[in-house]
Amino acid sequence: MPVTQQLINLCASLLLLIAFAMLTQRRLLSLINLFAMQGAVLAANTAVVAFSTGQEHLYWSAGLTIALKVIAMPLILHRLIDRLELRTDQETLINIPSTLLLGIGLVVFAFNLALPISQLAGTITRSSLGIAMASVLLSFLMLITRRKAVPQVIGFLSMENGLFLAATSATYGMPMVVELGIALDVLVGTFIFGIFFFQIRETFDSLDIHHLEKLKER
Amino acid sequence: MSPLLQDSLQQALETVFMILLAPLVLGWVNQCRAWLQNRRGPGLLQPYRVLRKLFNKEPVLAHRASLLFRRAPYIQLGCIVLAASIVPSIATGAPLSPAADVIALVGLLALARVFLALAAMDVGTAFGSMGARREMLIAGLAEPALLMVFFTPALISGSTAFGVIVDRLALAEFQIYPGLAFAAVAFLMVLLAENARIPIDNPSTHLELTMIHEAMILEYSGRHLAVIEWAHALKLTVYLCIGIALFVPWGIAPAGHWSVMPLATLILVGKLFAGGAAIAVLETLSAKLRIFRAPEFLGTAFLLAVLAMLIHFLLGT
Amino acid sequence: MELILVLGLPLLGGVILAALGHRERAPEINVAMSLATFAASALLTWRVFRDGPLLFFDKMFFVDSFNVFLVTLTAFVGFTTSLFSRPYMRVERDRGKLTPARLRLYHSVYQGFMFTMLLALLTNNLGILWVAMEAATLTTVLLVSLYRTPESLEAAWKYFILCGVGIAQALFGTILVYFAAESVLGSGGTALLWTELNAVKSQLEPTVLGLAFVFLLVGYGTKVGLVPLHNWLPDAHAEGPTPISAVLSGLLLNVALYAIVRNKVLVDGALATNLAGKLMMGFGLATALTAVFFFSRQSDVKRLFAYSSIEHMGLVTFGFGMGGPVGTFAALLHMTVHSLTKSAIFFTVGHATQKSGTQRIDGIRGLIDTNPTIGWGLMLGTLAILGMPPFGVFASEFLLLTTAMRVEPWATPILLVALAVGFASMLAKVQPMVFGDTTARRLPHPPALIPVFLHLALVLLLGLVVPPALANWYRAAAALIG
Repeated sequence: MPVTQQLINLCASLLLLIAFAMLTQRRLLSLINLFAMQGAVLAANTAVVAFSTGQEHLYWSAGLTIALKVIAMPLILHRLIDRLELRTDQETLINIPSTLLLGIGLVVFAFNLALPISQLAGTITRSSLGIAMASVLLSFLMLITRRKAVPQVIGFLSMENGLFLAATSATYGMPMVVELGIALDVLVGTFIFGIFFFQIRETFDSLDIHHLEKLKER
Repeated sequence: MSPLLQDSLQQALETVFMILLAPLVLGWVNQCRAWLQNRRGPGLLQPYRVLRKLFNKEPVLAHRASLLFRRAPYIQLGCIVLAASIVPSIATGAPLSPAADVIALVGLLALARVFLALAAMDVGTAFGSMGARREMLIAGLAEPALLMVFFTPALISGSTAFGVIVDRLALAEFQIYPGLAFAAVAFLMVLLAENARIPIDNPSTHLELTMIHEAMILEYSGRHLAVIEWAHALKLTVYLCIGIALFVPWGIAPAGHWSVMPLATLILVGKLFAGGAAIAVLETLSAKLRIFRAPEFLGTAFLLAVLAMLIHFLLGT
Repeated sequence: MELILVLGLPLLGGVILAALGHRERAPEINVAMSLATFAASALLTWRVFRDGPLLFFDKMFFVDSFNVFLVTLTAFVGFTTSLFSRPYMRVERDRGKLTPARLRLYHSVYQGFMFTMLLALLTNNLGILWVAMEAATLTTVLLVSLYRTPESLEAAWKYFILCGVGIAQALFGTILVYFAAESVLGSGGTALLWTELNAVKSQLEPTVLGLAFVFLLVGYGTKVGLVPLHNWLPDAHAEGPTPISAVLSGLLLNVALYAIVRNKVLVDGALATNLAGKLMMGFGLATALTAVFFFSRQSDVKRLFAYSSIEHMGLVTFGFGMGGPVGTFAALLHMTVHSLTKSAIFFTVGHATQKSGTQRIDGIRGLIDTNPTIGWGLMLGTLAILGMPPFGVFASEFLLLTTAMRVEPWATPILLVALAVGFASMLAKVQPMVFGDTTARRLPHPPALIPVFLHLALVLLLGLVVPPALANWYRAAAALIG
């Protein structure tokens, strides 16, 4: 395999590793740093694909990823948790070894699901499609096994990272206009999340999601 | 000299070299820790001095100590010496290498641990049983992880014989295997757990309630303790050699090449010292985990190893 | 030209109201901008009527008979809702539930929401469709939590997380469609244009499109409120301001279903089997059946009608899944009359809850006595949505049932059970609200009842006779959908 192919595989695997590591993290600061690292790995992956296939617009895409996911959003999240004064460990709904076991099950499922599609793909990055789907599912698992709001949001954002990798691996990225739109959506979404945290904090004095489970058929 | 005699001589020399080197490796790790903690440290040769002191003392045994208690240290040392001779640290292709299966290796290490745990429970003290229980908990989680870690290189090279794995990995053209990278991380975590290093166990603690490994050997003294300490140092060296053989195998002499042996030995010593320093850095940066977080740590190692295998399957096809 | 007006006017309105939304006259500005948007959409409709399907701006925007009637419907309901929200929000502000600053947010985001929905309807690019749907979610999230009560925050959070996850699935589906399209159309922007994809749909890879449709159905289906992904819908409707409930039920659900149907056209062309249709039928029936069994458990009037929206969207999904000219015609007609009727109901419910000061069903009694127009409006609206003749809902449900009997007979008993249970449960809940002893009081601002009766009159008209122009239109749209 040529070197660029190996680098692409390595970057995709690192992305999956980071998604996995996020499942085991209890501390909020490490979660945000892991998210920033994931963005950096994603940008590196896009840049290598751009270099090896000569698709110019992927360089722009990588730059956008760095600006947004490595710099802007972690900064916003750090400032958020500073102002919200969140320091304590975040307990999970089910214990960590069980979460990891579930995660491995999801990885196997995703790899199986992606196999027929990646065989159809004509890109050099097609083997990363399974990894991308696995990252999406792992982030989704993190989203539903967390009790506090901020780890849920980070899970949500890292799901988008996985989808971005899927786009890069299956089709060398989406057309530029769509990518810009998606980036805009993600940025606005983060802002709205931030607004939300303050509103929730004001009303409940806590960001524990269990407070947000009172609506039922009364 | 016939090739068989030559190879046997080579194997014996290798094993003796490893046995003699082991306390130095342990001393190096402790010295690095001391330097990182801004202390002067006891010197590189301290473990040798400890061993000499212990061999000169008479062992004190409890009334109820059985034959098992007296023989266990030697059995443990024997198992680990055998493990040391199996692992291809300087050269592959020794006479014992057809028996050098990675799964058998795990079994050997398990045998050593079982005897130590039995001996700890033999005298019936509270700390002994506590240490044995905790050690078995760690082992129960670490052994599957170790096996999984071995599977990825075995899949890549198509065999579970250690010599074959090293040959194929060392001689193949350089390629980044993400699966191997993940397996290496998992192996590092298992190494720390099995050798009673921070973050699982503090080797220099004197608080009995926090001990895992030390609690098992509280009752030993004199030459028995010396043998156990030597076996402990040798176990650390063996683990480091396994890691080197699987993940950084370049420099290991292929079978039968006598002339390259001195160079291979030097390279091995260099890698061992680098590995020891890395362990010291990791120990200094981490804090000891609470005992019931240890399953999480080892669970992560196990699943990382499984992930390594899965990734290898996905990317290799 | 008309297109620029249709898209630009809401955007302009959002900007103006971001500056002036807290002023006394802001609701009037809102009404004016919505009326202008409606006028522009009427112009666009007439142009399409005269010239046929149109492509604008280098094929970025596409207007054909399917989406232009949805555009007009969206603009119309947006206009009437702004008429309703004028007195309604004034009462809310006077009662201290909202500050002028929040009203500013409300008015500007309302126009922004209109913009995102119209963009989703008019774009030709499937990626931009996704972006617009996500933007619509983001705008409504802020509106649902407008009251800042614990319940509204919970509803908005649930809405955000559930729809966000759903939309992510839809993104993956869109990526898969792009992936299949690239091998036929080449990379670059053209591979996501619906018109281009429609031309080559038989050459697209079946397995990929099948998988893509599953993701798209689950993803956009979350926004339509298909069971089992509907959990956000009752909460968002109950806790948000009533004008938002009206536009959510009346418009957003339609646009999400539109996204699914556009993709279904492509998938049907690529696959030899009827996978898309069967999936939609299954989900639609499950949705309709499950929703009606929740009616009798409701104690909050807006939640009750939210479940009714879920039921009807299930029916429309079922209709689109059946396909064929009559089935699709029925589904399109049902979309229209449901939007009009449900928004009318929410208008009356809004005024009723304001008069009684509570959203609980057992707190609202005897509307006929205190304010006969509201009482009759609610009664007629409920009867309309339950499918009583001669209202339009009866016509579309009748068409759906007869087509089902002919094409998919196994579904007919399920449909009948759903409709019957829904009829009985809802009527039992609404009847004491309209008749019975009263506790309500007069409202400081006269309620806006013109929209209610305008909608109900249109629905009545559609029930009695579908104007030939509209009928031709529906047929053309049905032919497009296949």
